[in-house]
This record gives sequence, C-alpha cells and structure tokens, in this order.
Amino acid sequence: MSANPQQARKAKVFRPVVATSNDLATGAVVFRHGDGTWSIDIGRAEIAETPEDGDRLLARANADQDACLIVEPALIEIIREGGFVRPVSLRELIRATGPTVPLPPEAYAHL
Amino acid sequence: MYRYDEFDHAFVNERVAEFSDQVARRLSGELTEDQFKPLRLMNGVYLQLHAYMLRIAIPYGTLSSRQMRRLAHIARTYDRDYGHFTTRQNLQFNWIRLADMPAILKELAEVEMHAIQTSGNCIRNVTADHFAGAAADEVGDPRPYAEILRQWSSIHPEFTYLPRKFKLAVTGAPNDRAAIQVHDIGLELKRNAKGEIGFAVFVGGGQGRTPMVAKRIRDFLPEADLLTYCEAILRVYNLDGRRDNKYKARIKILVHEMGEDEMRQAVEREFAAIGRTALTLPAEEIARIQSYFAPPVLATLPAHSDVLDKAKAADPELARFLRRNLHAHRTPGYGILTVSLKPTGLPPGDATSAQMDVIADIAERYSADEIRVSHEQNLVLPWVCLDDIPAVYAALKRAGLATPNAGLVTDIIACPGLDYCALANARSIPVAQRISERFAALDRQEEIGELKLKISGCINACGHHHVGHIGILGVDRKGEEFYQITLGGSGDETTSIGEIVGRGFSSDEVVDAVETVVETYLKIRTSPAEKFLDAYRRVGEAPFREALYADA
Amino acid sequence: MALFRHGVRVADDWTFPAEGEAFPDSGPVALPRARLIAEWTALEARNAPLGVVIASGEKLDGLEAILPRLSLVKLVIPRYADGRLYSIARLLRDRYSFAGEIRASGDVLRDQVALLVRAGVDTFDVAHEGTARAIETGGIVAVTHHYQPASNDAAEAHAAPGARPWLRRTPVPFPLA
Repeated sequence: MSANPQQARKAKVFRPVVATSNDLATGAVVFRHGDGTWSIDIGRAEIAETPEDGDRLLARANADQDACLIVEPALIEIIREGGFVRPVSLRELIRATGPTVPLPPEAYAHL
Repeated sequence: MYRYDEFDHAFVNERVAEFSDQVARRLSGELTEDQFKPLRLMNGVYLQLHAYMLRIAIPYGTLSSRQMRRLAHIARTYDRDYGHFTTRQNLQFNWIRLADMPAILKELAEVEMHAIQTSGNCIRNVTADHFAGAAADEVGDPRPYAEILRQWSSIHPEFTYLPRKFKLAVTGAPNDRAAIQVHDIGLELKRNAKGEIGFAVFVGGGQGRTPMVAKRIRDFLPEADLLTYCEAILRVYNLDGRRDNKYKARIKILVHEMGEDEMRQAVEREFAAIGRTALTLPAEEIARIQSYFAPPVLATLPAHSDVLDKAKAADPELARFLRRNLHAHRTPGYGILTVSLKPTGLPPGDATSAQMDVIADIAERYSADEIRVSHEQNLVLPWVCLDDIPAVYAALKRAGLATPNAGLVTDIIACPGLDYCALANARSIPVAQRISERFAALDRQEEIGELKLKISGCINACGHHHVGHIGILGVDRKGEEFYQITLGGSGDETTSIGEIVGRGFSSDEVVDAVETVVETYLKIRTSPAEKFLDAYRRVGEAPFREALYADA
Repeated sequence: MALFRHGVRVADDWTFPAEGEAFPDSGPVALPRARLIAEWTALEARNAPLGVVIASGEKLDGLEAILPRLSLVKLVIPRYADGRLYSIARLLRDRYSFAGEIRASGDVLRDQVALLVRAGVDTFDVAHEGTARAIETGGIVAVTHHYQPASNDAAEAHAAPGARPWLRRTPVPFPLA
C-alpha cells in the first residue's frame, strides 16, 4: 500500500489530485502522466481538478493495474507552489522525494 | 556454525523454485496483488513506501564472513549499496526489484541463506543471545536449540496460517540479552537440581499496541521435549487464538483472556496427548546439532593481555572503546567485541556494502570467521583474542565502525519509520540522528552510563520503545509528527513495560525533552553507579514528569 | 465448486441436507456437528455412510465416540487465511486415528494444497478456479523436503538411519493423496 485512499475523499473541499502507485516489476514510486505513462516525476503528473476528473483518473490507473503495469494505485492531494507540484501529506512527500535521512554516497548513483 | 547438508540445500532450492514461480505468475498477471501478497510476505517481500523490501533471515543472528560478503554483494548489485540490520537479527534491503527476486534468492541459497518466513502469519526467524557460545555467564549455547526450532518451524504444514505472526527467542544465560519475555515464546536454557539441561518456558509476551510481559508456564522442560512442547503451544494458539480482530490475534491476547493457569493447563493437556513422537529429541541428535556449534579452537592464554594493556595505556580512545564495546568471554585471553552501527548522525543499524566487506575480513582474520547480529542493531565479533584487539580496533575505526557507545544513550534502536515504512505514522531515524548529535560528546555519554533509548514510528513498536529505558513513540497528530515518551521499560531478565509520562512532544521539542529526562536522572541518582533504570524504579515517574511539564 | 479425489475431478456422492431438510433414507449423508449428534440414533439405523461438516471455528468436542463410525469429515474454509482446519485435520488423523475422508472445502489456494495434504486432508472441494485448474493439470509445485513429521506419515519417506529423525520426503511428482 502506497497511499491512503481516504485522503482525497476525506477532504471537504476538493483539492487537486494526482494518481500514484508503484511500478509492478521494480517497485519504484510512480505518478501517472497525461499520456498514460508512469514515472517518478510528479511534475509531469496529470492533475485532476474536480472529483469527477479524479474518479476518471483513478479508473485509468486501475486499468493500468489490471494490465500489470503498476500496483495499488491511489489518488493523493497535491499543492502547486512556485511552479512546483508537491504532495500535501508528509508521507507522500517522502514517497515522492525519498528518505529524509542521509544515504551512503553510492546510493545516489541510482537516483 | 550450522552447515547445510544435501537435504538442507535441496529444501532451500525447492523453495526458491516455488517462490520464483510465484513471482513469475505475478509479473505475468496470473496472480493479482491480493493473491500474491500472502505468498510474497511468506518469503519476506514487502511493498514499502519507496519500493519492494526484502527481509533476509539470519537465523539466531549468526553469520559467516562468506555470508556477510554475499550480503555486501547483493547490496551492491541489486540494491543501493547498503542494508539495514533489524531488531529481529535480520537484514533488510530497501530498494529491491521484484523481477530480481529469483536471482537474489539463488545467490543467498548458494551461501546457505534464505528469506523464508521473515514475514507472514507464521513462525518467524528464531532469535537468540548475540553472545551465544562465547558469553562468560552462559549455562549453555542456545543456538543448537534455535537451529532445531528453525528446522521444525520451516514450512510447518500446520502452522503456516496462524492467527498472526509468531516469534521465538532463546537465551542461554540468566542475564537475558535476547528479550525473551517480549516474545510469543521465550526459552531460557537452564539446569535443574539434577544438573540436567532444559528450559524455562515463557509464553505470551509481545510489544505492539498491547504490550505484555510473557508468563512463565513451565519452570523446567527437559530438552528432549522442546519441539513437542512448542507444537502443543502452537496448536492451542492456532485453534483458539482470535481471528476476528487482527489487533487481538497474537498469543499474548489469548494468554491474557484465558488466564495464565488455564493457558498452562491447555498446553500441558495437549503436550501430554501428543506424547512421544518423532518430535521427541534423541540425545544423540541434540549432540549432533551441537557439534556444528562447537567453539573454534582457541589458544590457551592468560586472562590478561600485556599487549592490550600497553595499547590501552597509549591510546585513550582505545581505552574508551574497550570500556563500552568489550564484553567478558568464557575463554581466558579472549573477548567479545560490539561493532557499533550507531555512529553519530547516521541511521541506526545501517551498513554499507564496503563496511560489510570490512567486517567480513576482520571476522575471517580475527574472529573465527564468525559475526553476530544483535537485536540492538549492532554487529558482534564473538571470538577475538585480546592481543589482536588493537589491530581490530584500528581496522574498525578506518571503516567508521568503532563508535564507543555500546549500551549508551546514543546506542539507539530505531525502526525505519516514515522514511521507509508503509505502516509508519512518523519518522524515527531523524529523531535518532538528532538525539545522537545532541549527546555526541563521549565523556558525557559515559557519565550518563547505561541507557537504552528506543524509537518506534508507529504503535506496532518495531523500535521496541515499550522496553526502552526511555521509549519514544511517533504518532500522527492532524498531519504533524508527534512523539510520546515512555519511561522505565526494560527488555532483560527484569522485563517491564515503559509508562507514558505525559502528553507528547512535537518533532522540534522531543530532543530537548529527552535531554530533560537525562538531566533529571543525573540530578536524582544516588551515585554514578545507580543506572538510569534503577533510579527510575526507585523514584518513579514523578520527578521526570515535573521536569518535563514544569512550564505547562 | 470442484471436487478432487486423488487429483481426479469427481462427482460428489455425498448429500448435505440443508437446515430443517430431512435426510434421505439411503446413500451417504453428512450433517453439521450439532445436528449429527442430536439425531445420531435415527442416523445410525440407516445403515449407510455418515459424515460430519465442521464449520470454521468448530472443534471436535462431542464427536469423540462417533468418529469411528464416520466416513467423511468435511472441513469448511471460508477464507484461505483461516488455518484452524490444519490442526483439526491433524487431530483427526493423529489423535483419533480417523481413517475416512477428510475434505477441505472452500477457499483453498493452490499454494496450500501440499500443506493440507501433509495435515491429513485427502480430498479437495475448491471454490478457486485457479486451484482447480492447477490440481487438474498437475500444476501443484511444492517443496518436497520437510523438517517435521506430519499427519500423512505413512505416505512420506523417512530419514535414512542415522540422519535427523524429524526429516521427511514427499514422493515426486507430488501425489494428491
């Protein structure tokens, strides 16, 4: 499980959401782009501005799960800030950007 | 060390084939995630916050140099060049690709390792005292019995779909370094009045959201009955353990609801009904497994090492290291060394592949080719000649592995927390980092003395905060990380569960709060000989509470 | 549901009367535990095979005297994760020397079949289509080396003299009991 599916629903005021999940074969955190591809780059994620658009985005993400591309998709709330897109919750921020602790130098070669 | 024979190799290879088939079925879409999840968990594969995580079993925390090198190789080849040693004496890799899983398991099988039953509602990796076989205070080596239990519990047909996970720990010494009283079954190796070997059996301990200290249901179980008695306990649990609520499904809840006496009677009834079977251990089979764990051939030496004394006199840093990280050995002229994985400001329990290789080399040359993983997330060199210690220390120091803090306030246990774990509510590692930076001054740490600080990032308590002298529990309060402090917990032979001292602290406040607790202890202790835990038990929480909440 | 005996798909020859429904005069009949005990005198007079259905969470209490007269114990598995029936099956074989059919009925995953066989189950009544297909096509892949005796002990090879006495081997290819 990568994201809390209630997050988007709980909110009284709808906030923009993106679809996130993990890549089936690698496990990498990915976001769904408008062209139907998935990548780690949340900046390129398709943003749903209304609950209806959110439902449609999640439906497309679920279809990608059925097609064995990704695992357990969910919608997460995002904030637009100075040209950047970032998740609202700390948990999703950590998912999108990696651990907040120092990694061995070699670990960054993989990023 | 235990060595696989043909049977053991065939078993693991078959399991690798079985799991590889399951991975292939998942990747091809034949298995959905819901169907695959219990299968992958049974082989230690989680889907965590960032990626798949693989938890590798290190039975009773014992590793050879060759095995350690293989773990380093896996870290380099398939992960991001580091691994995380856990409180269950296991190793976790955080960035594994599902598609690489079959190749990794094959690499592990070649060095007699696997990931079987490192998760799932089954019997987990059996843990033991990390000083086993070498400790001065030991009645007997617990590892042969842990190995026998490991074998018996491997793909046990009756106990693979238990109500919840099930953890066993074995200690061979009266000073309990394996925290047996917070395990589902805890076994203490002992001798009876006739001098025969057997076990005191504890059942129903555990941490999580309902921490409980185990109940002693047998004072002395003959060693021959070890498996039969465990089978009886597991059968009672499998049939009667609660399955209606995941949070009430551990055996501790069953013991609590049945009561200690009724639990004891139920187990004894089942034990008697099973009677003598092929599980009854013949003395010669115990002896045969014990022969694998025979101590290495050690030199006959005086208890004192002049070489070490001279080096110590010349190097105060070495002297400091020895005060904390050297432990009494059963063999004169030898010592047990703790290799700290808690350097200031770095994640507790992490080791890079280069560090793993260094430790493997040191162990090969100086510690009879053997390394231990402690549940306190450090490594241990169990067979070091005192004369060799200056060289070992120098090598450890070069690799950043000689932090002289074993048992001190910066020797922190921390779960992966919200930086890695999909279940966590708050981060653990950054709190550990900041505490270790605050207390980095070594003189001050030594002045404070033995203090076990443990941090969990959620109520599941993987960071053992309930048994920390100071425990820290991360919670989520309206989207903010908050930390509750518990005091007076202990995971040794005087096990106790820590008590919540008051309202929680924000991330910004928590390190100051810990410092306040420590300063309060320094003020109230009767002398430097009175340890934190003893002082707390003498005075209770009142002075700590007053100091923490004076302004409120 | 698909019923397999010895790996072969067969028609069910047993009748399982619903609650309140009278049982037939002839042919094999299996009833829930409570009803079987309550109506035992009438059932015994039928001179046809009798069986019991053990619901999830039920145990064998009250059946001890009756078991030797039964030919079937059907163990119901509502969810694959409910592992209680493994212990029930083992008690039937080891404690009560029950020699009749033990049927696992319900949510059985193909990865559980080998474990159930070792626990003493010998027929499978499976809801899961993938499991049915795997049994039918010989697609059950399982570990055949074991570290503990179980309840189909006669069907397994024991360790050679001098080896660990708790080791067992399942013959290859995997036989479905």
